[in-house]
Amino acid sequence: MSEIKTKSPLLRVDYLVVLLYVVLLVCGWFSICGATHETGDTDFFAWEVRTGKQIVWIGCAFVLGFLVLMTDDKYFDMTADLFYWLMMLLLLVTPFIAKDIKGSRSWVNLGFCNIQPAEFAKCVTALAVAKLLNRYGFTMTDMRCFLRAAALILLPMVLIILQKETGSALVYLAFFLMFYREGMPGCFLFTAVAAVVYFVVGIRFGETELPGTLSSVGEFTVLLLIWAFTLGMLQVYHPRSRTAPLFLRIGLAATVVSLLVSTLIIPFDVSWVLLALLLAMTGQMLWQWLGERVNTGLFIALFTLGSTAFLYTSNFALNEVLEPHQRTRIQVLLGMNEDDRAAGYNVNQSKIAIGSGGLEGKGFMNGTQTKLKYVPEQDTDFIFCTVGEEQGFVGSAGVLLLFLTLILRLIYLAERQTSTFGRVYGYCVLSILLFHVFINVGMVMGLTPVIGIPLPFFSYGGSSLWGFTLMLFIFLRIDAGRKRT
Amino acid sequence: MNKHFEIRKFVIGGVAVGIIFIYLIRLFTLQLWSDDYKKNADSNAFRKEIQYPSRGLIFDRNGKILVYNEPSYNIMVVMNEQRGIDTLDFCQTVGITKEDYIKRMADIKDPLKNAGYSRYTPQLFMSQIPAKEFSLFREKLFRFKGFSVQKRSIRQYSDRIGAHILGDVGEINARELEQDSDKYYQSGDYVGKLGVERSFEKQLRGEKGMRIMLRDVHGRTFGHYQNGKYDKTARAGKNLTLGLDRDLQQLAETLLEGKLGAIVAIEPKTGEVLCLASSPTYDPRMMVGRDRGKNHQLLDKDPMKPLLNRAIMGTYPPGSTFKISQALVGLQEGSITPAISFPCSHGFNYKGLHVGCHGHASPIPLVPAIGTSCNSYFCWNLYRMLNNRAKYGSVQNAMTKWKDYMVAMGFGYKLGIDLPGERRGMIPNADYYDKAYKKSWNGLTVISIAIGQGEVTATPLQIANLAATVANRGYFITPHVVKAVQDGRIDPEYKRKRYTGVDKKWYEYAVAGMRRAVLGGTCRGADLPGIEVCGKTGTAQNRGHDHSAFMGFAPMNDPKIAVAVYVENGGFGNVYGVPLGALIIEQYLNGKLSEASQKKVEHFRQMHIKYPDYAR
Repeated sequence: MSEIKTKSPLLRVDYLVVLLYVVLLVCGWFSICGATHETGDTDFFAWEVRTGKQIVWIGCAFVLGFLVLMTDDKYFDMTADLFYWLMMLLLLVTPFIAKDIKGSRSWVNLGFCNIQPAEFAKCVTALAVAKLLNRYGFTMTDMRCFLRAAALILLPMVLIILQKETGSALVYLAFFLMFYREGMPGCFLFTAVAAVVYFVVGIRFGETELPGTLSSVGEFTVLLLIWAFTLGMLQVYHPRSRTAPLFLRIGLAATVVSLLVSTLIIPFDVSWVLLALLLAMTGQMLWQWLGERVNTGLFIALFTLGSTAFLYTSNFALNEVLEPHQRTRIQVLLGMNEDDRAAGYNVNQSKIAIGSGGLEGKGFMNGTQTKLKYVPEQDTDFIFCTVGEEQGFVGSAGVLLLFLTLILRLIYLAERQTSTFGRVYGYCVLSILLFHVFINVGMVMGLTPVIGIPLPFFSYGGSSLWGFTLMLFIFLRIDAGRKRT
Repeated sequence: MNKHFEIRKFVIGGVAVGIIFIYLIRLFTLQLWSDDYKKNADSNAFRKEIQYPSRGLIFDRNGKILVYNEPSYNIMVVMNEQRGIDTLDFCQTVGITKEDYIKRMADIKDPLKNAGYSRYTPQLFMSQIPAKEFSLFREKLFRFKGFSVQKRSIRQYSDRIGAHILGDVGEINARELEQDSDKYYQSGDYVGKLGVERSFEKQLRGEKGMRIMLRDVHGRTFGHYQNGKYDKTARAGKNLTLGLDRDLQQLAETLLEGKLGAIVAIEPKTGEVLCLASSPTYDPRMMVGRDRGKNHQLLDKDPMKPLLNRAIMGTYPPGSTFKISQALVGLQEGSITPAISFPCSHGFNYKGLHVGCHGHASPIPLVPAIGTSCNSYFCWNLYRMLNNRAKYGSVQNAMTKWKDYMVAMGFGYKLGIDLPGERRGMIPNADYYDKAYKKSWNGLTVISIAIGQGEVTATPLQIANLAATVANRGYFITPHVVKAVQDGRIDPEYKRKRYTGVDKKWYEYAVAGMRRAVLGGTCRGADLPGIEVCGKTGTAQNRGHDHSAFMGFAPMNDPKIAVAVYVENGGFGNVYGVPLGALIIEQYLNGKLSEASQKKVEHFRQMHIKYPDYAR
């Protein structure tokens, strides 16, 4: 075994991932050419232009990757905590030493270039979390263990929010995907997804009136969903209980009867009927819990109550808690606000740019929308527009499939790790990558909110590129040095 | 423990696959499903800059310029760059009030009034500033940061004449845009509204050019798309030469001052319109530039209807001028012969019907009947034709035959002059009378049409055309205003001889009658020294005072001009019709007027007729 370990890690590294990495970088560089240069330019390599700089950043990234591969993998585990706390310190002081760039204080001037520490914090946090989960006796289902892990993630989130980089902070939510793999109850993720669904449906159809009644479609639908979810949970966790079928029948009957009464006799707000039904169900479950002390009953009851409370507070939150520009963004995303000139402008222009690409695109350096600066941030956050416009459906679908291949390959690599440390770290890396692709590409196509986070390996910028390189190559190094059974 | 959760790798992988799958569908709908986004992108990135061609010039038959282009200036402003303007100075320089300035600035920013607004591109602040007013502004331009000027051109007229013929140009309206099937025009374009400006719009306007410029998000341009491969250069409009004689037109308009009516002169050989005056008229320069809308409204509301081109839109009873056509039909159809005489005892008396006439020798044959304009003679003529059952079978058939001759002579339908708005006049047919009299009618019932009264109406142009037909002895060429189009042909219809179906030999009797009228009949005032004028008066009965009409041509044996004069409520034909017609003939044939004639011109210019019907 030691004989194998002495073999150079360069020979054992997973070259499929390295290949995908290089291909993505090359595609990314050409996209930046398309986004920053005008038709006819040939001077791609000068230091003054962004493509020239990006060449340097890519060169540095290769050196960085090589150095990481040459490092002894035991140091990653050993120094994880140290680097974590140093990074937290750096994040803490960043807002005080950073210049204000477009309202965010996250860039540290190193003299020859600006560095965004938040981009490296992801990697360091992933290592620290991996180390924590690797500890003997750590169990995800133990509430105290879980809270400790969650705290490790929340700390950098809070510090980055203080730098007014909300987008970068939200990336840390990706760690919950890794937690799920490591045993976090699935209902956590389910609850999160449910919350998003409630929010979207509740807000989007909040003002629409259900025909024949005085209720809002959004409210009514969300209450029906809560009822259905609760029944589903009861069925899953108490398969033998007769509560679920009973409430199913009562609920169906009550809904149908109240809808009929409202339509035919006297219109009223049928949501009250559903609300009463949900309260009755919660009461029944709490009663059972008090009698039988079955904790799941309590949890389901809490889920039902929490969901209902969330429904009625989300509207309040949207109107009172969120900043006006955030509220507009959400309304634009949900199609409630057609303000193409202001909040919806970026997304609308980027959709136009992508849509104008057609099947094969307009060709390299021939995009008009991106060339003429219709799309904002076109070489950073909105870089995918250039791919869409110049390379068309073929090119942009190709890029998405490259990312998918990379992520699936990383899942495979993570699963073959023999240590929890390696596996957890691997899942951290792929979750973060997935989150970036999900949010960035979704936002460019108008499917997710506009959260300013870069597309890995594509967006212009050294910090982001080096951050991802470091993260990926540390995992490759860990994978290369794994124990073989 | 972890083995238990290993299954979750499929969930996570599934999430990744699911997200990418949804995104692929989204990409598909964006890029392949519809081309809305592509169209959107083009309108985003291309700015089509229109190159306006210069409009064709208009000349008279002697090459004198009538309409030309004059530079005018639009004041443009780039909102993003204008600051620190001394508003007071600015307003004084361009002659507007401060409120006006504020309103114009607000209008520029108002998306409802200015859809293509951008802070970075020049926006129209004020349009069509004449060169004179503009020079002061240009001197001070450097003080008004963000303001610039754009040169355009406006129409200008050399003389104050011919408004009805020349017409004008104005901004295209919604209805015209809708009718523009070639989609040539855009809102804001100028288009011919009246006269030849409208009927020759296609030739005059030329062809707009276009430069396709790339522009960025701020609307700044970046040079030509594909190095100008798709650009199109503008082609200037074609010049027009009219058949109009400027001096003759000037004279005709002078003579009609203070009267309602029209004077039309035609060159019989070619059908070219030598003058076409309608009164009241207006100064064509009123319709130029910024005040067009206001002035147009003013003219439109005027009860005297100065916008109405009476020469082609006014339909009047032709009165006795119509008798010439009757004589010709009668001769051709045999209801009269040159030798046959009819009695006239102060009019036509038959079966209790009386049509009055003035005192003259009786009975008389055709030529003197034309010369004295005997009503009785022409009533007999029509009566004999319409009631000739032996020949036509019924009064209806006879009427139809009669109508066909009238139409062949250019009555009852539009002649087809190259000016917009021509009216057709009225020639009744058998159906018309069948309806009016429930089929029980005969030649006597409708006898008043024999002397150009009753249901018959005609435009002054049609009357002049009748004179041209007689001058040509049997045919006419559709009257037209435009003699030649630069690098182009005129419609062959304006070269074709249109025969009336009446033999040439019969025309000689009409000519003789008209000559007789000048020498010893109703038109003695038209006897010009050295010119053999032929003429026919008309006194059209009217609810009010009679209309005074004249038609004639000269010289008799080589006609160069055919003319019709029609003065509303002018009284007898020889009061206004004859002298005005004679002056027109003299001016055209001699190129000038004798001193005595010039005095006459001054005299008629001062003669203003009162029109109580048009009380303001």
